[in-house]
Amino acid sequence: MEANTRGTGRLPAAFLTPGSSSFMDFLAEHQPELLPGNRQLPPVQGVLEAPHGTTIVAVTFPGGVVLAGDRRATMGNVIAQRDIEKVFPADEYSAVGIAGTAGLAVEMVKLFQLELEHFEKVEGAQLSLEGKANRLSTMIRSNLGMAMQGLAVVPLFAGYDLDREKGRIFSYDVTGGRSEEHNFAATGSGSVFARGAMKKLFRDDLTEEQATTLVVQALYDAADDDSATGGPDVARRIYPIITVITEDGFRRLTEQEASELSRSVLQRRLEEPDGPKAALL
Amino acid sequence: MSTPFYVSPQQAMADRAEYARKGIARGRSLVVLQYADGIVFVGENPSRALHKFSEIYDRIGFAAAGKYNEYENLRIGGVRYADLRGYTYDRDDVTARGLANVYAQTLGTIFSSAAEKPYEVELVVAEVGETPEGDQIYRLPHDGSIVDEHGSVAVGGNAEQISSFLDQRHRDGMSLAEALKLAVQALSRDTNGSEREIPAERLEVAVLDRTRPQKRKFKRIVGRQLARLLAADGASTEAESADGAEDSEEE
Repeated sequence: MEANTRGTGRLPAAFLTPGSSSFMDFLAEHQPELLPGNRQLPPVQGVLEAPHGTTIVAVTFPGGVVLAGDRRATMGNVIAQRDIEKVFPADEYSAVGIAGTAGLAVEMVKLFQLELEHFEKVEGAQLSLEGKANRLSTMIRSNLGMAMQGLAVVPLFAGYDLDREKGRIFSYDVTGGRSEEHNFAATGSGSVFARGAMKKLFRDDLTEEQATTLVVQALYDAADDDSATGGPDVARRIYPIITVITEDGFRRLTEQEASELSRSVLQRRLEEPDGPKAALL
Repeated sequence: MSTPFYVSPQQAMADRAEYARKGIARGRSLVVLQYADGIVFVGENPSRALHKFSEIYDRIGFAAAGKYNEYENLRIGGVRYADLRGYTYDRDDVTARGLANVYAQTLGTIFSSAAEKPYEVELVVAEVGETPEGDQIYRLPHDGSIVDEHGSVAVGGNAEQISSFLDQRHRDGMSLAEALKLAVQALSRDTNGSEREIPAERLEVAVLDRTRPQKRKFKRIVGRQLARLLAADGASTEAESADGAEDSEEE
């Protein structure tokens, strides 16, 4: 039986061998060349130029979590794309936002989504949120070789934990190191500025609407100080991608909602360019 | 030294078919019906964990009668096939036709290879289309043949009787509640024609619902929603399609 999945022959033996519920494990055994981590990269002089995605922010609120990202991809000092999407649903109850090398990141998300879906179909049950976060860790670790050559992927993972009944955020470093973040988190080149904004604006009794406003404020501040992060583009109608995950599952704000939110933040910034002021004491 | 008995190929195949059919007949039958908004799978299954129906891919569902370990193996093979194909090409390139072909080849090879015992399973692969005309249902008997079905299909031991019962009563554009009730009626008929009651908790029901907003159209119908559908007056069609959207996922 040849290992032919492209034609319509008999299922190869590997397909019918009882084994792991992981799609990645199956690929590693059956067609390892399809795994992104197994790709051999020729030696590169200096840093390889590829579009990079920048700022992703997340904030929890009682009842869920908000994950959002700006829309800019840059290649050196050039804006490579103005409307790139960097925040994706991972499954019904979680989402992943990605900063770093755009091409690899999008591929990693695709494989991650598939990994979760595959497990769910084979086992008939969802992975725990912790399990999902660990799976993502493994994937980043397998990309370490490329990360060392400048093609790093640094995701932010957020989801609603059905067992603990709350939203949770996990951040990662290039080596796959995973840490749970409390209240809010950011990743990417504009993250330092976004984090500053969130630190001043965060409260632990935010409503869903306040939480979505908060991430827009944070992304605005990131775009304000980081050239690689794009602010809301009113002329082209390109607004940040804002997603909310609650007990009811994943929801992405419609373009209309994102536009209203961005416009009201912009409006206030015309009066107060530095945004809302936190109390001094 | 004895020479082996000569068995004609016809006889050998007939014996293998007989063996497989007997195995399949030991299990309970199940039915797959088209209804207005999709395809419904109904079967009697006392187990809540060991499913007869499951999701293969976005629009593709799987149903099986016969030996559990054998169809479970095929099911996982199908999920791997679909996920790998979708990953290599695109999600739209995974089709029920392709999957049914792979299953047919697999079952056929196993059936005619003398080294393996034939699988005691009968499968249904169904794909829900954008419109009822786009729905596809394939029935795959144990020998690797493939039958393109329309409207309703039954597999398992008592399939012939149930099929003819369904053929007479099934019509296009039924509501989910109507189709479900017809399916339960068909399954409750015994071989000798008498009827018995199948309680709701022994029913396994799943749908491929084309009106679901999600990309993945497969959904199990359990608990309250199932009870409501079984109790519903056949005419009230809007009530249950609204339920489908609001009910939370069990899995």
